[in-house]
Amino acid sequence: MSTDITHDTSHGGAAVATPSETLREAITRFRGQLAAGNVGPLSSILGLVVLFVLFTSLDTKFASAGNFANLINQAAAVTFIAMGLVFVLLLGEIDLSAGYTAGVGAAMLTVVLRDTTNTLLGILAALGTGAVIGLVLGSLVAYLRIPSFVVTLAAFLALQGVLLAIIGDGGTIRQPDDTIRTIMNDNLPLWVGWTLAAVAVVGFVGIGLFGRRSRVAAGLPLRSGAVFVISAIVLAVLAFGATAALSVERSSRPELTSIRGVPYIVPIAAIVVVGLTFVLTRTRFGRHVFAVGGNAEAARRAGINVARIRVTCFVIGSTLAAMAGILLASRNNSVAPDTGGAQTLLYAVAAAVIGGTSLFGGKGSIIAAVLGGLVIAVIANGLPLIIQESWAQFVVTGLVLLLAATVDALSRRRSPAG
Amino acid sequence: MTPPVDPGPDARVPTIRLTGIQKSFGAVEVLRGVDFEAYPGEVTALVGDNGAGKSTLVKGMAGIYPFDGGVYEFDGERVEVTSPKQANLLGIEVVYQDLALCDNLDVVSNMFLGRERSGGVTLDETSMERSATETLAGLSVRTLRSVRSAVSSLSGGQRQTVAIARAVLWNSKIVILDEPTAALGVAQTEQVLALVRRLADRGLAVVLISHNMNDVMRVADRVAAMYLGRMAAQISTSRATNADIVELITSGRSAALGVGIDAAAVEAQDTSDTEEAVA
Repeated sequence: MSTDITHDTSHGGAAVATPSETLREAITRFRGQLAAGNVGPLSSILGLVVLFVLFTSLDTKFASAGNFANLINQAAAVTFIAMGLVFVLLLGEIDLSAGYTAGVGAAMLTVVLRDTTNTLLGILAALGTGAVIGLVLGSLVAYLRIPSFVVTLAAFLALQGVLLAIIGDGGTIRQPDDTIRTIMNDNLPLWVGWTLAAVAVVGFVGIGLFGRRSRVAAGLPLRSGAVFVISAIVLAVLAFGATAALSVERSSRPELTSIRGVPYIVPIAAIVVVGLTFVLTRTRFGRHVFAVGGNAEAARRAGINVARIRVTCFVIGSTLAAMAGILLASRNNSVAPDTGGAQTLLYAVAAAVIGGTSLFGGKGSIIAAVLGGLVIAVIANGLPLIIQESWAQFVVTGLVLLLAATVDALSRRRSPAG
Repeated sequence: MTPPVDPGPDARVPTIRLTGIQKSFGAVEVLRGVDFEAYPGEVTALVGDNGAGKSTLVKGMAGIYPFDGGVYEFDGERVEVTSPKQANLLGIEVVYQDLALCDNLDVVSNMFLGRERSGGVTLDETSMERSATETLAGLSVRTLRSVRSAVSSLSGGQRQTVAIARAVLWNSKIVILDEPTAALGVAQTEQVLALVRRLADRGLAVVLISHNMNDVMRVADRVAAMYLGRMAAQISTSRATNADIVELITSGRSAALGVGIDAAAVEAQDTSDTEEAVA
C-alpha cells in the first residue's frame, strides 16, 4: 500500500525551507527604507541623543536623577495627547482642540471628584467626556465632510468656554483625590520597578521568539536574528538603565522624605503605548486606519467603512486627550482656565510630527509620539538651564518643529509614490 | 484550423452572459441592448472608442450600478448584481486603471485589504503572507523582491502585478482588467500581458479592456467591439486582422468580416444625442 507515501507529500508540501535574512541584508533593507523616504522615528532618536549630549555637556544639572524624573513628568501629558493625535494624523486629518479637550477632561474629573469623591466615577466622567467630544468632531468630519481644521478650530474656541463654565467663577479648583495625585507625584517601590523592567524585556523577547517560531513553522523567511538580539539588548540596557537612574535618591533632604523609584506614570504609559501599538499594527481596525490614510478611495472600494474609521479615530484621539487631562490635574493637583491651553496642543502636534508621523496621513506610530514627546520635553527642560530668556525657548521649539516638518516633506518627495 | 464563420451560439456555458443590456444616465442612453459573453479559460478583449460604453458595461458587471434592462447571467444562472460586494461573492473581480492600492501598505496588506484574515482580534499575518506568496508563485511572478515591501517602492509593472494577484486571490472566476498596460513601458507591458495570459490558462475568464490593438492581438482569444452603446461584433481574434478590429471600433462594422451593426440606422437614431456620455 502506498498510503504512507501520499500522506508524507501532502504533509510536507508547503514547508519549503526559506533562508533567514542576514545582518548585511537587514542593513541593506534599512538603507533602502531610508532611501525611499521612510525615516520613521530615526530622526527623533538622533535628535534625543544630540540634545542629551549637548545639554549634559553645557549644564551638570541636566543629567541628574532628579531632573530625569522631572523630564518624565513634563513629557507625560503632551505625549498622551500626541499618541491620540497619531490616530487623527494617520488619516491625514488634524485635531486642534485636543489641548482643551484635555482641559475639559481635567475639569470634569475634578468636579466629579469634588462632588462624589468616587475616583473611578471621576475617571470615567473625564474619559466619557473625551469620547463624546471625539464622536461629535469625528461625525462632523466623516459624514458632513467639513475639513477637520475648521471643525477642530471651532472646538478649540468652544471648549475653552466649556472649560471656564465647568470651573465656574472661582478661577481654579483644587484636585481633591489622593489616588489621582499619586499618578504623577509618587513612585513605585524599588523592587516593583526592577520587576517591571524585567517583565518588559522578557515580554519583548518572548513575543519576538513566538513570532519567529510561527514564521518558521509556516515556511516564511525570517528577519535578521542579529537585529532581533541587538534590539533586545538595547531595550534591556534602556529599561534597566532607566530603572537604575530612577532608583537613586533624589530628595534634597533624604532623612526627612525619601524620593526614589520609578514614577507611577511610567508603567501606566508603557501599558497604553503597548496597547495602542497593538491596536494599530496587529488588528484589522489598525490596518484599515493606515489604509484610509494612504488611499481613502482604495479603502472604500475594498469594502472598508471609511466614515466609521474616521469617527473611531477622533473618538480615540479625544479620549486620550482626556486621559492627558487626568495627568495634568494630577501633576498640578488643580485645574485652571488655562489647563491644556497655551502651548499644550502645539507641543503635542510637534511631538507627533518630530517622531515621524506624517501630516499628510498614512505614516506614523505610537512609539514615534513617545520619542517626539521626549524630544519636546528635553528641549523644554534643558533649554532654561542654558538660556533663561523665554523668547529663545519659543523660537528654538518652533525651529525644531519646522525641522521635523521639513524632514517629513523632503522624505515624501524622495519616495517614488509621493 | 479555425472555422470560416462564427460557430453561432457557443455550446459552452459562458462565465458571464449579458443579453440586451440597457443603461441610461438621465436622458443619455449609454448602453442600447448590448450582448456580451466571456468564457472560462479565454481572454476576451473589450474594445471600442472613448464613449462607446465599455466602462459603463464593466461597472454594471461589477455591481457599481445596476443595469436598467436586459439579462445578466453568471455561470448559466440569472443573477441581479446590485453591489460590488455581491459581485465579489460571485467571483467577479475588477482591476481598475488606478489600481486602488495603498502606497503606504506592503504587498500582503494590499492583497488582503478589506478581507484580512484574523485569529480572534489579531491579524493572522503568517497565513496571509503565506497565501500571498503562494498566489504570486502560482502566477509565476518573480519580479517582487519581498511581499513585505511597501507598494510605494514598486515599479508600475509590479504594482499592476500586485493588483492582478489581489484579484485572483479570492477564488475568482472572472477578472476584468481596465487598461492594465496603459501606463507601462515595453518590458513591463510584456510581463503584464504574460500574466494576463496565465490567468486565462489557469481557467479563469479574463476580460481585458484595451486601446492597444497589438496587446489585443497578442493576448486575446476573442474580441468584443463596442460602437456607440452597441455591441458591433464578438469575433475570434484568429479570424480578424488588426485593421478589421480598428474598422469595427471606428465604424461599427467590418466589410471584410461581414459583421457589424447597420451604421445608417444607428446614425439616424443618434441625431438626437450626438454627445455621447463618456462613462
